[in-house]
Amino acid sequence: MLSIKGLHVFYGGIHALRGIDLDVADGQIISLIGANGAGKSTTLKSIMGLVPKTEGTIIWNDTDITSTHTKEVVKQGIVLCPEGRRVFPDLTVEENLRIGAYLRNDKDGIQKDKDWVYDLFPRMKEREWQLAGTLSGGEQQMLAVGRALMSKPKLLMLDEPSLGLAPLVIKDIFTIIKEIKEAGVNVLLIEQNAKAALEISDYAYVMETGTITMSGAGKELLNDERVKKAYLGE
Amino acid sequence: MTEERLTARCLSKKTKYILSAAAIIAVLALVWVLEQNIPPTSSWSMLFTVIKKGAIYSLVVVSMNLLNGFTGLFSLGQAGFMLIGAYAYAIFAIPVEAKDSVYQYYEPLIGFSVPEMLTNAMGGAGTVGGTLGEYLGVIILMLFAGLVTAGIAFLIGLPVLRLKSDYLAIASLGFAEIIRTIFQWDGLGSVTNGSNLLRKFPTFSSSLFPLIVSGLCIAIIVLLINSSYGRAFKAIRDDEIAAEAMGVNLFKHKQLSFVISSFFTGIGGAMLAMFQATVNATPFTSNMTYELLLIVVIGGIGSVTGSVIGSFLFIACSEWWLRFLDEGQFLGMDADFMRPGFRKVVFALIIICIVLFYSRGIMGTREFSWDGVFNFFRTLPTRLVAFFKALPGRLVAFFKALPGRIVKFFKTLPSRISGKVKKLTGKTKNSKNNHINNTDKREEAQ
Repeated sequence: MLSIKGLHVFYGGIHALRGIDLDVADGQIISLIGANGAGKSTTLKSIMGLVPKTEGTIIWNDTDITSTHTKEVVKQGIVLCPEGRRVFPDLTVEENLRIGAYLRNDKDGIQKDKDWVYDLFPRMKEREWQLAGTLSGGEQQMLAVGRALMSKPKLLMLDEPSLGLAPLVIKDIFTIIKEIKEAGVNVLLIEQNAKAALEISDYAYVMETGTITMSGAGKELLNDERVKKAYLGE
Repeated sequence: MTEERLTARCLSKKTKYILSAAAIIAVLALVWVLEQNIPPTSSWSMLFTVIKKGAIYSLVVVSMNLLNGFTGLFSLGQAGFMLIGAYAYAIFAIPVEAKDSVYQYYEPLIGFSVPEMLTNAMGGAGTVGGTLGEYLGVIILMLFAGLVTAGIAFLIGLPVLRLKSDYLAIASLGFAEIIRTIFQWDGLGSVTNGSNLLRKFPTFSSSLFPLIVSGLCIAIIVLLINSSYGRAFKAIRDDEIAAEAMGVNLFKHKQLSFVISSFFTGIGGAMLAMFQATVNATPFTSNMTYELLLIVVIGGIGSVTGSVIGSFLFIACSEWWLRFLDEGQFLGMDADFMRPGFRKVVFALIIICIVLFYSRGIMGTREFSWDGVFNFFRTLPTRLVAFFKALPGRLVAFFKALPGRIVKFFKTLPSRISGKVKKLTGKTKNSKNNHINNTDKREEAQ
């Protein structure tokens, strides 16, 4: 589905991505783990067309989207749920979801997806008319995921969905990520919480200072000695 | 909160439309009746000045709010855009035979007048068709004024909208001043009459005209705000990065908001020209923009209702209600300090109070709704009862706590003063000063 080859990104003089190769196959949860500043978020942002790329190609379903505008990337079925939730605080929950479907025109489809999101997150239905800024952190994260789903993506990219949340809420979020995958949406996941991420992912990449140093099935990496030492604290 | 919002939606759409239509007709009829019955010599005739100027300001302030409050673009170019609108209207509306007396020092370049042309085309002056033609011409010219302003805004927006927050404000303010200077330039005298007045163009006499035009324009803006474009504007205001990640084209939407806002500002400028009956570039300075910004803040950033209420209140205060302060009399006695200009002192004090105590403006981000009015009156009895029931208890509690608070105030006063002095003289002991600052804050909070 998605295939990245030799991707280089510079922030001014800083070489943030030093030749990334990454593949997302159909029907999988892929996770990207690594320390702060390894370039995980940059990878997602460059897929979305939010940062300029110097070298490399990004192929999505046989089309080259390396230099495509963000709007077109979203139209083609890739969406990013950005780090730190970033819901629109002065819009209601319902309006937030509608912004997620901004590029769609099929009224019935939008309503159907809204119902689906409300099914996934019953709490959002209860708070439909509340301003998003008044939600709790966990609820805001759910809204951010729901908002991203409203664009009817084929690939959902989640940037640190568990950031700053209580352990119980994190568990909920991971359950829902699995549900989303079951509904036919591929997930590309960035996580600090490496253990939880590796447990649910089919395949995973480990990033260090702008390069991918290791990759393998989620379960495999969980048992890898180096990963255990560096990211799982064992 | 959820339940509250759900029960608050109790009036059907049809009822709301009927109520709105009835309210609009009632207001227009009331203004019409008053106009027939209040002679221009009466002190109440000030009311019409307030209605006319208030309606014009409402439109301009609402369009400024569309930019500042709904899209989050801190732009200060409003006066410049009003100027373009006013001139675009005036230049093409001055009747041909009046041109020579208006353009005293220049050879007028524009040799025609749109309202006049249409008057002649539809039956000549004095006939019904001719009057209709003149109205049509005026309306076409107002749209033209809006379009010219929007066009220039589009060009200015190309570089300016790539800037953010303060930089955008400075750049747009600069462009507004440039526009003013260009319109005053001698070299363009045959079009703009240089720094001299433009006058003798068709104006309006009834307050109904600006009320209806502004009302229609504001209605269009409200529809826009509630559309999917409006949601995208608000999303950009709340979080640019998230909006972009959702596929909202940032620059396109900013440009759209800027151009639409300028379009209506241009129409507002044209109406201001008609209201004043003369146009001169001199008053369209940044001061005018600040005045508009002030009204936006007083009304509530992000509230159309607030902007409208704010405009009428502001105009009423500055033009009418506070006039008595300038007349050297207070409650029938001679008061020396109440000389011309004292009104502005009082006005400034009122504004300071509003900013201090209503920092979110009169309306905040709330909007007028029939549901809100209905619920206000429905829950009023219960709230009144609750208020008066709780009142004795609260009074008792207040007076009980009062001695303690006064004692505490005077007890901590020396340490607070010495803390301030120490801070000023720079001799600070960190731990102690922190403690003093903390008590300071607590006192302020109370």
